[in-house]
Amino acid sequence: MKISKEEILHVAGLARLHMEEGEMERMSTQLGTILAYVDTLKEVDTEGVAPMSHAVHLVNAMREDKVGEHLGVDLALSGTEEKEDGHFLVPKIVG
Amino acid sequence: MSLTKGLYIHEARKHLDAGDFTAEELTRQTLDAISEIDPLINSYITVAQESAMAEARLADERIRKGEAGALTGIPLGLKDLILTKGIATTCASRMLENFVPPYNATVAEKLNAAGAVMTGKLNMDEFAMGSSSETSWFGPVKNPWNLSHIPGGSSGGSAAAVAAGLCLGSLGTDTGGSIRQPAAHCGVVGLKPTYGRVSRYGVVAFASSLDQVGPMARSVEDCAMLLQAIAGYDPKDSTSVNVAVPDYRSLLSRDLKGLTIGLPVEYHGAEGVKPEIRSAIGEAVRVLEACGAKTVEVRLPHMAYAVAAYYVVASSEASTNLARFDGIRYGYRTPEAANLLELYEKSRSEGFGEEVRRRILIGTYALSSGYYDAYYNKALKVRALIAKDFTDAFAGCDLIAAPVTPAPAFGLGEIVDDPLTMYLADIFTLSANLAGIPGMSVPCGFTEKGLPMGLQLLGKPFDEGSLLKAAYAYEKEAAWDRGLAAPAAGPDL
Repeated sequence: MKISKEEILHVAGLARLHMEEGEMERMSTQLGTILAYVDTLKEVDTEGVAPMSHAVHLVNAMREDKVGEHLGVDLALSGTEEKEDGHFLVPKIVG
Repeated sequence: MSLTKGLYIHEARKHLDAGDFTAEELTRQTLDAISEIDPLINSYITVAQESAMAEARLADERIRKGEAGALTGIPLGLKDLILTKGIATTCASRMLENFVPPYNATVAEKLNAAGAVMTGKLNMDEFAMGSSSETSWFGPVKNPWNLSHIPGGSSGGSAAAVAAGLCLGSLGTDTGGSIRQPAAHCGVVGLKPTYGRVSRYGVVAFASSLDQVGPMARSVEDCAMLLQAIAGYDPKDSTSVNVAVPDYRSLLSRDLKGLTIGLPVEYHGAEGVKPEIRSAIGEAVRVLEACGAKTVEVRLPHMAYAVAAYYVVASSEASTNLARFDGIRYGYRTPEAANLLELYEKSRSEGFGEEVRRRILIGTYALSSGYYDAYYNKALKVRALIAKDFTDAFAGCDLIAAPVTPAPAFGLGEIVDDPLTMYLADIFTLSANLAGIPGMSVPCGFTEKGLPMGLQLLGKPFDEGSLLKAAYAYEKEAAWDRGLAAPAAGPDL
């Protein structure tokens, strides 16, 4: 099984990943092998089984609606070099 | 005299309290051992020299005042995805190479409050994705028992550092076996607690419904002491569970009368398990029986589908969790981008390594329109069946005994380009993460070539106590722990 170049490009676009030609070739083979293996799941009869997305059954984790601690602007911006006047800087978006 | 080699946490506690040596002396020697030995092993990404010495001095003050807790003055290392305020936390990725967190993870906070000395941040697979600690941006970790072999992953640095005496204990994380597997490969004790037992607040997420933080140490008693310090409800983690934490050390006993251990037919009869592993596990089960435990056969009929279900679930969650790395708010940003989309794509492609990109692609594919039901939803249903298998099995036993891995540590570079084979190395560990149950690895001997092997024990939710009890009895009876004092004197060192 091999995933087509178009599919890889489509998925890479969704995942916001840039793909070089060589990597695309390698990934399409590797993903094909992995997904063919994953296809063994089709053998399992899951009729009437509820999907389990989490290991513990928790119903909402609520807290009181009170203002708590927060990081503050300087700390929130401490992970980026590109900042100005308390904002993150990004390339120009609107023409 | 070397203080660190062969020293257990519980012994260090007695020596520190008796004034045989100070926390400052112990920390200094640990840091010296790191400078001497770690260039060979590469288990640390960041060594926290200055803060460790400052913490040691504070610990000595607490000890002098008689205010010491169980871990005061004990040098411990943290896997480098646990946020440490003011100290780089890289996830072994170029993406976070220069990231210095503005706050502490709850587990780091708890160890800090207990007076532990944080020696540094330990190497791992990038974003915890891998089973060999070879995908790190900072280079692979090597197995202290044989430098041409992998230490296991993804908490390879956490296991290797403990095995080589470069800290007395450490924390790792386990998403599909990432504590238990490297513990087995490095001959240390590792425990993955029940999902929700330990806070994940401030721990960089890989697969949120599977990740769990846990302790690694050179003895079961040490492991119990570390778990005691980090377990418990945390309101900052919405998946944290409010269940009482017992006094783990008081549960340790050499007598296992009344305990029933299940032996899953599917695990013990599994193909591809190396004969040395098979016979070591068989011998370990006999030792558990000699301690008074009863054994029964149990069945886990959906075990064959665990790897497939796991990789769909884990990769899907990884693809959404890693979406937060956009090159803007923190982490790596490409130096050149003409527009916003290019900024995202280039930052992510240059910042993430190949294994991480591969998993993001698998996850995005599984979650994409047209494939969601066939892959993601199907995997969640199989996950439910795997969890039910454990519930059914535990109706007839207290614990399950199994191998940790099908084979001992493989050679560095041997299967790094074969992702599927690498994924299959986790076959015995990852179903515990899917079900959320606790699991543990305890050393159970060495192969003919001198590589460690591990016995895996699995337990009922929140019953870490029974795991520790059985592992303790086994450890004392088999007496492997003393043999594990000096891996740094292994054949290649």
